[in-house]
Formats: sequence, C-alpha cells, structure tokens
Amino acid sequence: MKQSMIRKTIRVLFGAALLTAVCSGSLFAADTIKLGIAGAHSGDLASYGLPTVKAAELVVKEINAKGGVLGRQVELLTEDDVCKPEVAANTGTKLVSKGVHAIIGHICSGATKAALGIYKDAKLIAVSPSATNPELTQSGQYPNFYRTIASDDAQARLEVDFTIGTLKAKKIAVLHDKGDYGKGLAEYAKKFAEDSKKASVVLFEGITPGAVDYSAVVQKIKRSGAEAVIYGGYHPEASSIVSQMRKRGMKTHFISDDGVKDDTFIKVAGKYAEGVYATGPKDTTKNPLAIAAIEAHKKAYGSDPGAFFLNGYAATQAILNAIEKAGSTDYAAVGKALQNEFVETPLGKIRFDKRGDAIGVGFSMYQVRKGVYVEVK
Amino acid sequence: MEYFLELLLGGLTRGSIYALIALGYTMVYGIIELINFAHGEIYMIGAFTALIVASVLTMSGMTGLSVLILASVVAVLYAAAYGFTVEKIAYKPLRQAPRLSPLISAIGMSIFLQNYVLIAQTSDFLPFPNLIPDLPFMEPYAHIMGSTELVIVLTTTVVTVILTLFIKFTRIGKAMRATAQDRGMAMLAGVNVNRVISNTFIIGSALAAIGGVLIASHIGRINFYIGFLAGIKAFTAAVLGGIGSIPGAVLGGLILGWTESFATGYVSSDYEDVFAFCLLVLILIFRPAGLLGRSTIQKV
Amino acid sequence: MKILAEFRKSLIISLWFMLLTFPILVIRVNTIEKIVEWRWRNMAFIGIGSFLFSFVWRFMLERRERGRKLAEAGAVETRPFSQRLLEDARVYRPVLAALALFAVAFPFLFSSYQTNIMTTALMYVMLGLGLNIVVGLAGLLDLGYVAFYAVGAYSYALLNVHFGLGFWAVLPVGALLGVLFGILLGFPVLRLRGDYLAIVTLGFGEIIRLILENWNEFSFGPSGVANIPRPGLFGISLSLSEATIYLYFLMLALCLFTVFVVNRLQDSRIGRAWIALREDEVACQAMGIDKTKTKLTAFALGATWAGMVGVIFAAKTTFINPASFTFLESAMILSIVVLGGMGSIVGVILGAFILILTPEYLRAFSNYRMLLFGTTMVLMMVFRPQGIVTNVRRIYRFRGREKNSETAKA
Repeated sequence: MKQSMIRKTIRVLFGAALLTAVCSGSLFAADTIKLGIAGAHSGDLASYGLPTVKAAELVVKEINAKGGVLGRQVELLTEDDVCKPEVAANTGTKLVSKGVHAIIGHICSGATKAALGIYKDAKLIAVSPSATNPELTQSGQYPNFYRTIASDDAQARLEVDFTIGTLKAKKIAVLHDKGDYGKGLAEYAKKFAEDSKKASVVLFEGITPGAVDYSAVVQKIKRSGAEAVIYGGYHPEASSIVSQMRKRGMKTHFISDDGVKDDTFIKVAGKYAEGVYATGPKDTTKNPLAIAAIEAHKKAYGSDPGAFFLNGYAATQAILNAIEKAGSTDYAAVGKALQNEFVETPLGKIRFDKRGDAIGVGFSMYQVRKGVYVEVK
Repeated sequence: MEYFLELLLGGLTRGSIYALIALGYTMVYGIIELINFAHGEIYMIGAFTALIVASVLTMSGMTGLSVLILASVVAVLYAAAYGFTVEKIAYKPLRQAPRLSPLISAIGMSIFLQNYVLIAQTSDFLPFPNLIPDLPFMEPYAHIMGSTELVIVLTTTVVTVILTLFIKFTRIGKAMRATAQDRGMAMLAGVNVNRVISNTFIIGSALAAIGGVLIASHIGRINFYIGFLAGIKAFTAAVLGGIGSIPGAVLGGLILGWTESFATGYVSSDYEDVFAFCLLVLILIFRPAGLLGRSTIQKV
Repeated sequence: MKILAEFRKSLIISLWFMLLTFPILVIRVNTIEKIVEWRWRNMAFIGIGSFLFSFVWRFMLERRERGRKLAEAGAVETRPFSQRLLEDARVYRPVLAALALFAVAFPFLFSSYQTNIMTTALMYVMLGLGLNIVVGLAGLLDLGYVAFYAVGAYSYALLNVHFGLGFWAVLPVGALLGVLFGILLGFPVLRLRGDYLAIVTLGFGEIIRLILENWNEFSFGPSGVANIPRPGLFGISLSLSEATIYLYFLMLALCLFTVFVVNRLQDSRIGRAWIALREDEVACQAMGIDKTKTKLTAFALGATWAGMVGVIFAAKTTFINPASFTFLESAMILSIVVLGGMGSIVGVILGAFILILTPEYLRAFSNYRMLLFGTTMVLMMVFRPQGIVTNVRRIYRFRGREKNSETAKA
C-alpha cells in the first residue's frame, strides 16, 4: 500500500516535470530570440566583462516584461572567453552551435578578432561594448561587427590635440603597457603628434605591467625633458607611474585614456592623482536613460555598475531595436536597421556608420580635481 | 652622472626587493631541492593580509606607526603559517616521489592560492595604504630616493645580516646547513629533518611577507596576481647568484635589479626583461652553478 | 580510543584552517567605500569542510603507504593493472578498435563546438607528446616549451601575411623552424643541469614572447595577426562546420603520426640514449654516448611537434597574439606530461584529455574551475606521483636456453 503510494507520487511528480519541460521547451525553443553574451566572465579581467552581462540582463528583463521583441521573448546565453583568443574561438563556436541570433561582445579586441570570423561564416552580427581596436571597423574585414564605443584612434587624436592645443606642450613622452590596447593607442598618439609638426615625441617606451618598481622609467622621462606624458594602458600602472613622478617632484602633465578614467585610479593614486587628465566616454550623468539604467542596476544588484555597463546597455538596446525594426533576425536586414535606425540609449541617440562605429558616441577630456573626474571644457 | 646615480639607486631598490623574495626561494631549494613556485603566492598573501589588517585597524581609528607594526607582524605570522601548511599538504607527502612531482604540485598550489584569493577577495586592484611614514630627513633627496625606498634597502640589509648570523650560529641554523649538505647523514646525526624543513618554510615565508608589505607600500596597489612576476624574477635572481647560497641570492637580486634599471635607462624598457634573462643565460653558460654557487663534482 | 584520537586530530586541523583562512576568507574590506564585511559563514564552511576532509586525507595517505609497503615486500605484482591491460592483446585490440570508431564518428555525432574542443585537446596531445621527448625521455626539464609553439604559430601567420604561403606549405616550415629553435636553445644549455636548465628554458620562453610583443615591425606587436586562413582542401571552399570537421581529422591524423613516430623513436638507438641520459648522465657518457648530440636531438625533436601544432593553432583560431604564449601555457603542457605519467604515451594522451577537457566542461563553475584545477594537480601528485599511467620499463627475458631445452626435448 505504502509502496504504491510512493510509486504513484513519483509518477505524478515525474509526469509534472516532463510536462513542464515539454511546455517550457515548446514555449522557448522555437520562439525566443537568442542573444549570445560573450566576454571575460571569470579570471583577472572579469571586472571588464561582467557589467555587460548585467546590463544585458536588465535590458532583456525590461523588454520581456513589455512583451519581448517581435512578440518573441528574448533569451540570453552567456559564455566566458577569459579574454583569450584561443578560448574565444571555442566560445564563438559554442554560441553558433546553440543557435544564437546575434552576439553582444566580445570584450577584448584580441578575443573579438578571433571570434568574428566564426560569426561572419555563420552570418551573425556582433555588437561589442568595449573592443576599441581601430582595425575592427577600419580594415573592412569584419562587416558583421558593430560597437558602442569609440575606437582607439579617436581617443588618441583627442589626447594629442589636447596636449598640443590646450596644454601647449612641445615635448611629449609617450608610454604604454605593451598590451594590445595600450600599445595600439600609444602608437596612434605618437603618429598624430609627429604628424602635427607642432610637437616632438622625445620618448616612446613600453613599461612592464606588474613590475615592482618604475623609478628607472620615471628618471628617463625626467631626463628627456618632456612637458607632457601620454600614457596608453590601464590604471594600475598609471597610478604607480604618476605617484613616482610626483614623489620625485616632477610637475609633468599626465594624459591618459579611459583605462585610467576610473575611480579606482583616484583611490589608488590618492593625492598624486590630482591634476591628471584622462579621456573617457562623453559625460552621460545628465542623460535620463543613463540615470535610470544605473538606478535599475543598483536596485537589482545592490551596487554601482562597473566598467562598460552603459556601453553594454546601449549595445543590447541597439541590437534588439534593430531586430524589431528589421522585422526578423535576418543578417542583412538587421545590419541595415543598425545603420539606418536611431535608437535612444543611455549613451545618447545613436546609430552606426557603414564600418560599424557608433555615430553619436565620442570622447571628452576629464581632469582629476579635488578627488573627482571633472570634464574639461 | 646624476642620471647614473639615480638609476643606480633605482636598481638598488628593485634589487633589494628581488633579494628579499629570493632568500626564501634559495633557502627552500638549498634544503629540499625544490623550486617552490608557490613562494610568490605566499608573498602575495602576506601583502593581502597586511592590507586587510591595516584597513580594519585604520577604520577602527588607529593611525601611524602602530598600524604598520601590527599589520606587518600579523602578515608575517600568517605568511609563515601558510608556508608551513603548504609544505605539509603539497610537499611533505612527496618526499619519496620522483623529482618532478613536487614541482607540479608546487605549480598546482600556486594556481590554487591565486584563485583562492581571487574568489575570496577580488580580481580588482586594491589600493594599498602607504604605511611607511615620510621621513623628514629624506626630504631634500626626494628627487632621487624616497623614504619607502630607503626603508626597503635598509630592511633587506638588516634581514640578510640577521639571517646569515642565524644560519651560522644557532642550533636551528646548523641543523639546516647539515640537512642541506646531506639529508640522510643529518638524520643519522639526530637532526629532525622534517622539523628543519618546516622551519625553512616558516622563515622563508616570513621573509616573503616582509617583502610583500614593503613592496605593496612602495607600489601602492595589489591584486591576486602580483606574486607571479615577482616570484619568477626572484627565482631568476636566486639562480643567478647560485641557488642555495644566501649571499648569492642578495647578489643575484642586486645584479638583476641593476641590469633592469640600466637597461631601461640607457637602452629601452621595452626589453628590460629580455636583458635580464639574457644576462642569466650568459652567466650560467660561464658559471653553470651561478655566481656564488658551489659546483658539485659528480661522483659515480 | 583510536577514533577519539582521530577525532581530536581532525578537530585541531579544522581549527587551524579556520584560523588560517580567517583574514582572507572572512574579512573583506572595501577600501573605496570604507566598509568591512564579515563573512562568518565562510568560516563555518571551512571548519566543517576541513574537518571532514582531513579524515579522507589521512585515510588516503595511509592506504598509499600500505600499498607502498606491500610493493616493497614484493607481495603484489609490481606491474599495475592498467599496464597489464595494455599489454593484453585480447583486451586492447577491441578497445582500440572501438576508440578508433568513436574518434572517426565523433564530429558527426556531436556539435561543431564539441568537435572544436576535441581538436584543441588533440593539439595538446601532440604538444604533450613532444614535450614528453624532452622531459619524459631525456629528463631535461623544459619550462619554456611554449616558445616553440609560438614560433610555429607566428611562422604561419607571418609567412602568410608577407608571402601569401598556404597552410600546407608552412606546416613543414613550422616543424623545421621548431627544430632550428630547439637547437638554438639547446646549445647554451648543454652544460646546465636540473633546475638551472629549467630557469634558462623559462627565460628563453619569455624572451621569445617579449620579442613578439615589442618588435612591431616584425610581428605586429601585441595586437597580433588577424584573418589567418584556415587550411585549404584542394581549393574547395569549406563552410565553418565543414572546416571544423576537416581540422579535426587533420589533427587526428597528425596525432596518430606523432604517436607512431614517438613510439618508434622510443625504441630506437637515440631513444635509448635519451633514457640512459635521464637515468645517469655520467654513466651514459662512460658508455660512449655523445652527450651533446643526444641532448640536442632531444630538444630538436621535441620542438618539431610544437612547431607543427603552432601552425595548426594559428590556422584554427585565425587570430594570434603574444598573450597566448605565456609561461602558464608551458606549465599546462608540463602538467599534462607529468600528470599523465612521464615517458608513457598513453599517459600523456590521457593527461591531455583530462587537463584540457575538464576546464572546458567545468565552465558552469566558471570561477571555481581554476581552483579545482590547481587542487587536482596537487592531489594527483600527492596520491599518484607517477602519473595516471605508470611507464614501465620494458623487460627483456633471455629465452635462448628455454628454446634449446625445447628443441632438445623434440
């Protein structure tokens, strides 16, 4: 008697589970729009990749609550690439074989390059929130690539113009961290500075990230007589170099990029951060959509969003909007919609040019004043 | 000339840092012939512990020298405890194993400890408070050498002297030397070899923690990955000087520091590591046992 | 009484670990917001976890010791079970046939993603077998093996960009360059022994990577080389999934070729010279073996495979940059060799599959996978330091007399 009861319960439970599985399967499998989110979600660069995942989750939650896109619910498939090209190739294949309709990502330029070929063959569009390598849009080899962030050369241009035009520096030292991002940026800065003929590049060097001491390089800057240092790289090394420069009483201007325009930089460098210039995405603090997005993040996750959050938010909105406008997930139609239809995002009203760069996304110059980044007008 | 002097002092600081970490490598290697890859991670854990203790103390209202001393002491104790535990788990069961097994175990331990800190704490860089106060008498020389640098160089000197005396004259030191020379014979002479090895790990790890606190103060930031590069460089320094020899580790550290500093200053920092490794290869070609290492004669 | 003592031991260990992990695991300081977070729950986990785990640990250690004592006493057969299995033709023939069938059917049974990671695993099999020559057979600890891998990858990428050479043309070039660099590294380290050798090879690996990173005019620097073509098949253009399958079979064939060659090498004159060198350098020289030549061939023949796999790596990912060739990669390949069992071909193959596929399938654990990876390495070494498959030296029995007696009988 007892046994049959148990058996019955099991059967009922099993049946129910099967039923839900079938139901949910039929509900989702055929009809959802699958969005792949690829980027560094674990390891040392996770802090660059995870905010985009959260941004996409927020956007999708909102859109799904309103009935989805084209009457279909949106489903997210997140895959980790730890910012390594060889892993990104696997990640890309995995997303393709899971049947995604578009990709948000990747986060790092190298990983993006490795995965884009796979997406190109599968006729899928990728929108990156953070891959800034100029080649991605300028080489013409990646017609399926779009991004909601400006490319490195635009940033380098702004840095050089500011250094020569506003700061009136004649001798510039250009440093970088030997990385993909930093060195690429520094090379553009060097080229632009030399082309302008108004200033000379007196020093061009790569520093070793993670080294225990930067005094030799700092002495070298001092000896070169540079009036301004343009640094391409991220905030950890920048804070060490600035601190050592200031400790040695050097008043040389320090101009850097959006890898440094991070509040952590100010906290780490402390009083030595004062007066440092850094380029960063245009000020969005007054954009109501940006305020709303940040509020939503605080409510859902209980903390301030991290790097590239707004870019990730805008990327998700842009691709979903394009699918909606195109009326399908067809490659050509969505591409056309991305290029022609404006979309309201936290970064402003954007659409994309033929190469895939966002129109309406740009950089401003900021300076650390009294412990906060203030836009320099 | 002033430029040369600046580079010389910069190299001295850098070299002292390498030397401080290299001491731990060289001691462990001298006793059990193992490249302790996890040593760099012990250094990182020392720095993290110091940061955590210092932050908690600062937030509860303490300031000044007492924070530095307390944080350093706790960091040293904890690093020693970690070193001791790592040896017990990952190396001690492998005394009889083939030669490469402890090395793989060490690499595994190093990966484990990195990820342990990554998960338990954060992957971001954390600002490390400058615990070392600015010394007023160094003010006029600030353009060539700061107070932190001075403290680093002095600490390394003092630690090396104490360590040398310790190994030369104390009972534990003598037991260590005996074990290094011939483990089997030391055992027969009544030396508790297991305890000697534990002691070596404890001392080496404590030194790494001192290095961790000093370097973190100097650089001003830490994350879970700082141990890796510092560890490799320190190991290079230890081999350069002749692994197993304490003055060798210091000499190796200084030579490495100066090479990098001058390579950066007169050539380019692009290739500072290339110079460092090329120097290593060159020295080892002409002196295969390192600068101060004893070349053992092979007996059949 | 014994149980009580065990209990007390575990209790002490548990307390020790709670104390040890206290600052890192319990306290989290947000220095930016100036908040201290106390996570006492973690401490409870560690306490209970280490308490239970210490029992298992001691039990396993005891079992290992018992096994060793029995082996010393000669009570058990020294040849492990796996080895006997491998030598028994009735067992290994059907297993091999089934494996071959599975390998051939694999890309048609699973998605192209699965095929892709299987190709990656096969690449590491080949790398492991190559390093096995240097470390497992010749006993030269090489921590910079990744350098040859990089040489291969960049030779394809750069020859393709500058001269438009195709995959098949570069594959032998990659192998040759591997040999060349192997000898290049071999010369300066001839006199070095043991760990001095290790650190120099590590330095060599770093030098190659740094040159690739800094010498923009030559290697395009850290931004790498993109759009490297996939291998061609008589000019037929392949779709992505077809290309994946093609690459898989290519890799499978190369792996078989490697296994064949390495197996033959092991039994050859040079292979025995390597093993002799590993066992005792002085005795080996006394036997009239040319040490210089033997060491150089070990480096050169080991590097060949890495050079070839490098070419395939570049063709597979279609994008390479120096960041893929770090020391960690060398450590990974070395772990494959040691974990699988030094000197054993089957072991290296198993090791590669375990180390490459586990993290891939552990993706769900994302943050914890490297932690588990490190733990596995330590545990493996503690409980099975000889690797998964023990390499047993071939035993030759003198059969002459038996034969004679047989003929006498007849």
